[in-house]
Amino acid sequence: MITATAPIHDDLEALGGDSQYLTFRLGEQEYAIGILKVQEIRVWDRVTPIPNSPRHVKGVLNLRGTIVPIIDLRLRFGLDESEYNELTVIVVVNVRGRLAGLVVDAVQDVIDVPPDRHCAAPDYEGREGREFILGLAQKDEQLLVLLDIDKLVNPEAIIGATPEALGS
Amino acid sequence: MATIMTVDDTASMRQMISFTLNSIGHSVIEACDGQDALKLAQGNKVDLVIADINMPNMDGITLVKSLRALPDYRYTPILMLTTESQEAKRQEGRAAGATGWIVKPFNPEQLLNVVKKVLG
Amino acid sequence: MPIDIRQFHQTFFEESLEGLADMETELLSLEQAIGEGSGAQVEAETLNTLFRAVHSIKGASGTFGYGEIAEFAHALETLMDALRAGELPIDARVIALLLRAVDQLRAMIQAASAGRTAARAGEQSTAHRLRDEVETLLAAAGVAATGRDAPAPADRDAGGGPGWEIGFRPGPGLLANGNDPLRIFRELAGLGRLTARTDISALPDWEGFDPAVCHLSWQLRLETAASRAQVTDAFEWVLGDCDLTLAPLARSRPPAAAERRAPDSSSADTTPAETGAAAVGSIRVGIAKVDALINMVGELVITQAMLTQTANDFAPDKLARLQAGVAQLERNTRDLQESVMSIRMLPIGFVFNRLPRAARDTAAQLGKRVRLTLAGERTELDKTVIERISDPLLHLVRNSIDHGIEPPAQRVAAGKSETGTIALHAQQKGGNVIIELSDDGAGLPRDRILARARRLGRLAPDATPTPAEIDAMIFLPGLSTAEVVSDISGRGVGMDVVRNNIQSLGGSVEVESEPGRGTRFTLRLPLTLAILEGLSVQVGEQSYIIPLVNIAESICLTDAQVSRAAGGPEMFALRDEFLPLVRLHEVFNVAARAPSLADGILVVIEADGRRAGVFVDELLGQQQVVIKNLAAHYQRVDGIAAATILGDGAVALILDAASLVQAAHARSYAAHGYRGGAERGDAGELNNRTDAGTTGGHLQ
Repeated sequence: MITATAPIHDDLEALGGDSQYLTFRLGEQEYAIGILKVQEIRVWDRVTPIPNSPRHVKGVLNLRGTIVPIIDLRLRFGLDESEYNELTVIVVVNVRGRLAGLVVDAVQDVIDVPPDRHCAAPDYEGREGREFILGLAQKDEQLLVLLDIDKLVNPEAIIGATPEALGS
Repeated sequence: MATIMTVDDTASMRQMISFTLNSIGHSVIEACDGQDALKLAQGNKVDLVIADINMPNMDGITLVKSLRALPDYRYTPILMLTTESQEAKRQEGRAAGATGWIVKPFNPEQLLNVVKKVLG
Repeated sequence: MPIDIRQFHQTFFEESLEGLADMETELLSLEQAIGEGSGAQVEAETLNTLFRAVHSIKGASGTFGYGEIAEFAHALETLMDALRAGELPIDARVIALLLRAVDQLRAMIQAASAGRTAARAGEQSTAHRLRDEVETLLAAAGVAATGRDAPAPADRDAGGGPGWEIGFRPGPGLLANGNDPLRIFRELAGLGRLTARTDISALPDWEGFDPAVCHLSWQLRLETAASRAQVTDAFEWVLGDCDLTLAPLARSRPPAAAERRAPDSSSADTTPAETGAAAVGSIRVGIAKVDALINMVGELVITQAMLTQTANDFAPDKLARLQAGVAQLERNTRDLQESVMSIRMLPIGFVFNRLPRAARDTAAQLGKRVRLTLAGERTELDKTVIERISDPLLHLVRNSIDHGIEPPAQRVAAGKSETGTIALHAQQKGGNVIIELSDDGAGLPRDRILARARRLGRLAPDATPTPAEIDAMIFLPGLSTAEVVSDISGRGVGMDVVRNNIQSLGGSVEVESEPGRGTRFTLRLPLTLAILEGLSVQVGEQSYIIPLVNIAESICLTDAQVSRAAGGPEMFALRDEFLPLVRLHEVFNVAARAPSLADGILVVIEADGRRAGVFVDELLGQQQVVIKNLAAHYQRVDGIAAATILGDGAVALILDAASLVQAAHARSYAAHGYRGGAERGDAGELNNRTDAGTTGGHLQ
């Protein structure tokens, strides 16, 4: 069990500026992203695929007139693809004006995690998507993985450098 | 307050004069040359005319002569916008019937002073 | 509270620049007339117009606090005045000087507009040099020196009190000019303590009484510290229309207060500091267009109200009404759309305007004689397209003068007139504007182009391109500069950049040439960037939009008509040429619906003068779509220009015809040697191409 130690980030910006997080689930793991970057949450809607894009880029979506790319986080992190149904949710994030939609299994909650309850992530050797992990936090017996949204929504990151990410 | 007509083919000058006069409550009619001004003068009741001299279609001097020929404008104050060096034009304007002149360049405060002098 | 007139600076800049542009046009045609010997009679009105333009700038720049501009304009104005008074002959030298002065003024105004208040050293010296030239010219003609406006002669009897005794007898014309003695007295009263004694002795009896004449006169006593000049100032306007005597009151105590400065006419005290002028672009729109727009919005509101009402208490029997309402809505929206689009439309004359001057300068620099003719200046284009077509056109004109038009002697030897002609013609055709730029020069130097292409390795050694293909090679990077890199058209800008710029607007450019006769460039530009006429096609599970401007025709092919050389791409025959075949399913990695060629459709697309056949499952229909930028939140995708939102809310991708054609030919180049101007690239790699631009717009 990992307990909180000293705070690791001076850069509160990366963590969403304050201590509120939106938590969601991918497979067995719970993740959290800073609430300030979350623009809205939508149900799964039809997405127009983009030719020759990586597997995890499902395509683009019409968000009230704006064309937004949709990224399947399960695929991004190397999990198996899951079936989309009415519970599937898209979390629309806004990073410095860039929009992107992240497909997740389910959205949990908005919680408060003060900085002193963050801690550094252990070295997830070989684990895909580890460059997006800001740190870990503990909330009521649950271990949360804090994600670096900025990196995730970065165009190069969307495509990804790893061969797996590029897909077929 | 008063209705003032400003006649100038230079839009920025017209706008500046309008704005300045509006700011103390006068209502302003803008004309872009003498011909335009003559038409507008006949369609409106103007208390003071401020006109530039060099304009296309009908210059300021001709405008003054034409205005003075109208019964309603025989005694209306008409001020010409001139530059320092245009002394001859000023006299010509006076001979045509102009009341006085404002020397360019001028700032808004100077304009307001002159207008106040004339309208009382 | 001081009145802030900085908001009018922007107008001043715009109108001044326009005025200078007009001046330039006039001067250029004057110059041409003089050159052709027909300049004997210069219309007085032309000179007046020129004078007024400078006069206007002088006056306004002084008012808005731009002293240096006012000074320079003043020098120019004096010159113009001398010209129109006939004190100076109008010859080529004077006109050249005027043109340079116009340039200088323009530079100063642009600098001021960009917020640069302090002139750079170089700029200042240019201004001074020009002014010196003007003064020299005027002095030689015996015209009075320009100099700064001399202030009114200061006849200042010192003030200080105790005051003045004023005799004032108005003349007959004083009232007729709208002057009023009361006003003058009010002004005097502002200077001190005024008492007046009226003299009615000159009042005639009734028969002689003329109300338009002032029969009264006055003796005024003004106790004031004001100077003689200040007191006289109050009578400034009536000095010629009255008898005025001024005598100081007997001194009873020594002069005290310092002289108060009369309000003088020096430049306005508004600071010419940052104006923020350059910030927002603006458009002049005719009132008629705006009114039409307002009307249409009004109708839209009515239709909306009607639909709302129908929807609110809807019953099946109201269906017809609902449908009528929706049809009405469609009409309103279409009208509104056209109207709004037309607001951004400007006549291409705006861009054509700067070309004559550039042509003249370039020709002069190169020792060539050129005449530029313009037609179709009223053809309208979207403002953004106009702004971005300006430089490419300029470059084409310069290039034409540089490489196309021969030196005068050579022309004469070839039996042509000494002066070459470059003709620009714009017209609207369908959803496009076609601009033709043709010259009667020597045509493209095919031998040199071919040699250069071979040297650059863009040609397979045994390839034999057709003349048209050689001509098209000038659009390849590295090929467009002449053997002698001329400063004019060579520096950093090549034909490839020109083509890229045009393509990035969703347009295309082609060239035709006839050796010894001339060259013609044809530019095709979309009317607007935001909306596209497209053909919707089905590829696998998705539909895509192909811009109509890129579609040549669509045909049905069978497998038998397609041939494939070993290792090469598929080709098919279209009348007398072989074109590469692109199976979009393969390009997009999706499953095709149509099992064989015969079950689908082949759309022949065209871009940059080349064609390719694109195989799709089905044609869905023609529609107008609003272009949405894909790269705003995602990034550029090869083969995709932009995206749009269909009526059902789904996103559809708009194909990038240019890159598809490009890639198709690149593959065939790799396999067959040179064909049709392919880029050098790795064979078979769709993604490996130069950035030839997209067909999309840049609006959200």
